Amino acid sequence: MMRFDHHARRKLLSHGVAVLTGLCVVAVLYPLVSIVYTAVVRGGTVLFQTGFLTSVPPNACSQVSCNTVGIGPNIQGTVILVGIAALISIPVGVLAAVFASEYRTRGVGRAISFTADVLSGVPSIIMGAFIFGYFILVYPSLTYSAITGGLALSAIMIPIVTRTTEEALRTVPNSTREAALALGISKWKTTLRIVVISALPGIATGVLLAVMRAAGEAAPLIFTAFGSNLYYRGLDQPIAALPLLIYDFALSPASNQQDVAWGATLFLLIAILITNVVARYMIHRLGRQMVGGA
Amino acid sequence: MSGAKLRVEHLTAYYGDHPGVKDISLEFPDRMVTAIIGPSGCGKSTFIRCLNRMHETAPRTRVEGKVLLDGEDIYQEDPVRIRRRIGMVFQKPNPFVTMSIYNNVSVALRFNGHHPRDYVDAAVLRSLQQAALWEEVKDRIDSPATSLSGGQQQRLCIARALAASPEVLLMDEPCSALDPIATAKIEDLVGHLKDDYTVVIVTHNLQQAARVADYTAFFYLGGLVEYGPTEDLFERPKEHLTESYITGRFG
Repeated sequence: MMRFDHHARRKLLSHGVAVLTGLCVVAVLYPLVSIVYTAVVRGGTVLFQTGFLTSVPPNACSQVSCNTVGIGPNIQGTVILVGIAALISIPVGVLAAVFASEYRTRGVGRAISFTADVLSGVPSIIMGAFIFGYFILVYPSLTYSAITGGLALSAIMIPIVTRTTEEALRTVPNSTREAALALGISKWKTTLRIVVISALPGIATGVLLAVMRAAGEAAPLIFTAFGSNLYYRGLDQPIAALPLLIYDFALSPASNQQDVAWGATLFLLIAILITNVVARYMIHRLGRQMVGGA
Repeated sequence: MSGAKLRVEHLTAYYGDHPGVKDISLEFPDRMVTAIIGPSGCGKSTFIRCLNRMHETAPRTRVEGKVLLDGEDIYQEDPVRIRRRIGMVFQKPNPFVTMSIYNNVSVALRFNGHHPRDYVDAAVLRSLQQAALWEEVKDRIDSPATSLSGGQQQRLCIARALAASPEVLLMDEPCSALDPIATAKIEDLVGHLKDDYTVVIVTHNLQQAARVADYTAFFYLGGLVEYGPTEDLFERPKEHLTESYITGRFG
């Protein structure tokens, strides 16, 4: 009887744990599925309207007739902002990681890692406020511009790029560095032309993560890029961005603007998904080519 | 031993405050093979890494004493220049995994200065032939280095070191990760290399030292116990410690 009881109890416990973990999986997946579902249902019809990807966003309108909808400037603006941020953050982030990993002397490297960790935990709106605060005091005419927007996004990207690059560099075995140094290859060539190249798939993954994160950020752009309903007018001018449009129009009482917000949401989701898949595929191929598995 | 290529004077190498090898003095004759033997942890690898200034690439390391290459102290020179004259082969094969066979062998020439393409091609061919690998790879010179077996990879690393045209070749237990057939190939190769290079080989395999080396040095607990022609050291050791070690009483 005792044996049976133990057996039954063990089975019950086992089922209980399985159900519990299953419920947690549902809890993890539900928001994602729900977001994607709602975005497809509400944004799907909008996204495929002619001119949606090229027209300017609509003014608030409550009549049925006035629904010229579009997110053209916002797509362009996000590409420009993320481009500026990538131009700044990739070299800075990668080189900081190279220094931290390859020229590690007495805690300087560890200080860089620690700083990057802290920075990546700083709320993104603070990054925006910091850039805003600096420019409003030092260079007020540039406060609301593509430049400050790009800078705010780069402040978000740099710690991500730095940390992932550092991890990628650490996976390169020390024997690779020794092999190069022992051939009389100088330290900087060993680092840039052998170690960094070996870590390239990992670095590319980090850059990609950072780009996707930056593309979806609205908070740091509120006081920097500011947003606009017009196409690009110069680096020193306010510039449109997809997340800013979603933020503005989602709060709008006008149903045409709400529709555009859903269309933009779906567009951003699809764009990030496609970038992710394509880039991962390319990184995978690059990695395979490099280790010669092809 | 009048034609010493490399002369070591009172060399002590530290890890932090701990000396890995203590007060070593010896000479490596030109175009000869010198083996360094001794039990694990006796400082063989530490010592050989001092001969091309690789010891100092690890954190918190320090070297005292002199290493003279053709009479010039390598510790007064630029380490990068020294390493171009004194090549090294490591314990485990360490080809560059991102590169093809051709690019591995030519890497020193491609990265260290500008050479015409046919000069590099000729050096790759010569080095692969010297490393007895050419016949096995001539049809797939652009394949990844990782497609080679362990023994082939080690010969690739030897070819890579030779392509830089060093004067001295240091080999740190080059066969320890290889099977007996690959080991025999490398040993055979070492016998030929001494026509052109001064070879220093660290090994924990006594038979290997007896087979390939003209001179042998026996290290124990970070010190040099005995050094002389291989035959003398194995057949008429002067020191009691050497005799105990080569007859297998410890180590």
